[in-house]
Amino acid sequence: METFCQDEVTALRRCRRGSRDAFEPIVKRYMKDAYFIALGLVGNREDALDLSQEAFIRAFSNIKQLNPDKKFFPWFYQILKNLCFSHLRKRRTRQDCSLDAADDDNNRQGPVAVDDLFTPDVLAERNEVKKKIWKAIGRLDEKHREVIILRHFRNMSYEQMAQNLFCNKGTVTSRLYYARKRLKELLGKEMGGSTNDVS
Amino acid sequence: MTCHDYKDLMMGYLDGELSDEQKRQFEEHLASCPECRGELNEFRKLKAITDDVTLVEPEDRIWQQYWGGTYNRIERGLGWIFFSVAGILLTIYFGFKGIEALIKDPTVGAFLKVGLIALLVGLAILFVSVLRERLYFWQKDRYKDVRR
Repeated sequence: METFCQDEVTALRRCRRGSRDAFEPIVKRYMKDAYFIALGLVGNREDALDLSQEAFIRAFSNIKQLNPDKKFFPWFYQILKNLCFSHLRKRRTRQDCSLDAADDDNNRQGPVAVDDLFTPDVLAERNEVKKKIWKAIGRLDEKHREVIILRHFRNMSYEQMAQNLFCNKGTVTSRLYYARKRLKELLGKEMGGSTNDVS
Repeated sequence: MTCHDYKDLMMGYLDGELSDEQKRQFEEHLASCPECRGELNEFRKLKAITDDVTLVEPEDRIWQQYWGGTYNRIERGLGWIFFSVAGILLTIYFGFKGIEALIKDPTVGAFLKVGLIALLVGLAILFVSVLRERLYFWQKDRYKDVRR
């Protein structure tokens, strides 16, 4: 790990001088984290792949903004997260606009939610409970969804989460508490009761 | 400490992130608080079912092509920057030459020449105005250094 950190510093220094090849080990080191975090934030594979690659491209273009003393991933995570959330907002706006157009034609449809993008085909094992959890995660708001994804799908410690979210461990704990509480409520609604019904 | 103060410790307890001292403190509270015990059990169930959800690992091909795809997009991005800069410079150059030729051409009527000059002056004013506005708001933006 120590060696990799040193290698990462050297590679980033070369990237700052414009070397694209030096960026390869960094992309290869973090591509899975980037893809799975994006998948957790946007809910479908194609967008996750595209957005995670776009985040690396933006990171490379702006690599000089990264403080040489700071770690790459927390900085990169901000780029990735902003891209994913702005992608969802644009998509929601587009859908709202198309709904407005549909309303004009007296052709009313139901509201479009982010969780509509959370398709169960990304789940390794599909059953009703897992599909409902995945849908409920898609209904969480952005701040809550990201802590659930980092903790449950990337197994990050509170320390790592605090670094990536640029906050302290207390904030992480508090966000996790409210995120889980909200998830519990959403699942309760989905299942017509509480999580006691799930086993 | 109230029950509310133990909420944060509850998350740490659930995720195995507490120090021995914090763990002992929380367990002491749990022993005397049925409400927190109930809530902890609910969270335990939720954690168990959420941890059980796993996402599909993409095919190896995706990981093998990942860097190649990213590299190509970086390269293409640079290509587009050069292409756009060249396009803008060439458009300005040939546009200027074309307008100059039109104005110097004695066969072109004065009405068209005046119209063309007015169009250029209008464009220049609009450009300067937008640029000045952007610059003004950028300088006054109190949140420009805020990390979003």
